[in-house]
Amino acid sequence: MWQITGSDISQKFNQRLIFENISFEVASGHSLVLTGANGSGKTTLVRIVCQLNRPYKGQIRFTRDQKNISDQEIYARMGLVGPYLQLYNYLTAFENYSFFARIRGLAVDNSQLKRLMERMGLRGRELDELRTFSSGMLQRMKYVIALLHQPEFLILDEPTANLDEAGAALVYEIMQEQKKDRILIFATNEPAEVKFGEIKIALGA
Amino acid sequence: MLLVRNAYIIFLKDFHLEFRSRYALNAIFLFAITTLTAISFSIGPLRLKSEILSPLLWIILFFSAMSGLSHIFVREEEQQTADTLRLVTSANAVFLGKWIFNMVLLFSLELFILPIYLAMLGVSVGNFRVFLFIILLGSFGLASVATLIAAIISQASAKGALFAVLSFPISLPLLISGIHGTRLALDGGTLAECLPDLQILFSFSIVIITLSLLLFEFIWRK
Repeated sequence: MWQITGSDISQKFNQRLIFENISFEVASGHSLVLTGANGSGKTTLVRIVCQLNRPYKGQIRFTRDQKNISDQEIYARMGLVGPYLQLYNYLTAFENYSFFARIRGLAVDNSQLKRLMERMGLRGRELDELRTFSSGMLQRMKYVIALLHQPEFLILDEPTANLDEAGAALVYEIMQEQKKDRILIFATNEPAEVKFGEIKIALGA
Repeated sequence: MLLVRNAYIIFLKDFHLEFRSRYALNAIFLFAITTLTAISFSIGPLRLKSEILSPLLWIILFFSAMSGLSHIFVREEEQQTADTLRLVTSANAVFLGKWIFNMVLLFSLELFILPIYLAMLGVSVGNFRVFLFIILLGSFGLASVATLIAAIISQASAKGALFAVLSFPISLPLLISGIHGTRLALDGGTLAECLPDLQILFSFSIVIITLSLLLFEFIWRK
């Protein structure tokens, strides 16, 4: 059983307190949703959970069967999609996939790439550079990369940003699948998405 | 082993990206050619002594490096791919991959610029083997300093100016030994005569790489 535990997390920028004493526990088979007005700190908290930023106070623990896991294992098990997380625009979809698969220690598997591209509605664009993609296609491509290692922890910030209706439906399907037996954490204000979260943290409330 | 493998994967990715976008390549090569041409025109038919030729070569190498080697981290921050990279591998693998890339870029520049420098300024090298050795060891250190400083300035706003300003004082021992050693080699100095400079260049590079590997985690993980 995998678990992410946040204890008394506070963050401030300069002297301004963004949020304080946020605690949560989310285990395999469960999901956590972060909501709140603009500027309430949703993205900041997501970045703290992913260890991209350090909190001012408090800590995040990643455990497996109650035992802490190493940073290396956290990175190996985590998939993140967010507006501040970009892929390499001068590389093709295949080259991006190949880079992220190899650096995660996975074999470059053409059939897996085709399957993921097909699922995200990008089939046939494998050899195109990402700078030729629209913003919606780039968002779909971020899911291809985030899902290639079947992450134990899937963390999404504005999961359906830039996506059309069909793209949003695909993401809802992914979120539904993830929270069945793994961990899903996401930040949103969309009512259609909030319902995927079993544990809810309303920031700034 | 994992560290080396991931560093190599990052190096290959950067190599691929660079030859498609040519950000650093254009900057570094154009700067070197322009400076060399300007020097060549300004001295005209004069034959310069090794006391002048040696610093001129290092000025070209240092400022060419300053014009292009920071791209390796600046590009990751500006295109918002740095966070993506932070999530997939260790800080040291990133540093080593970027350091190898900067070294390859600097060595390629030297391979291209040294014959032109020797021909355009009419330089005769007294001891070619030692001359090459000094340049190689100097570039090794220069690429190490540039990679570390590039990582620091990539998160600042005035990146271009900061890069040269921060790199210069740190590179000073390297530049002094590089210039002195190159002058001796141009005048035909033996390996034994150039040994103190070679030792300083080698020790400097090792110290910078060791420090970088110790400090880079703090720089990279904000």
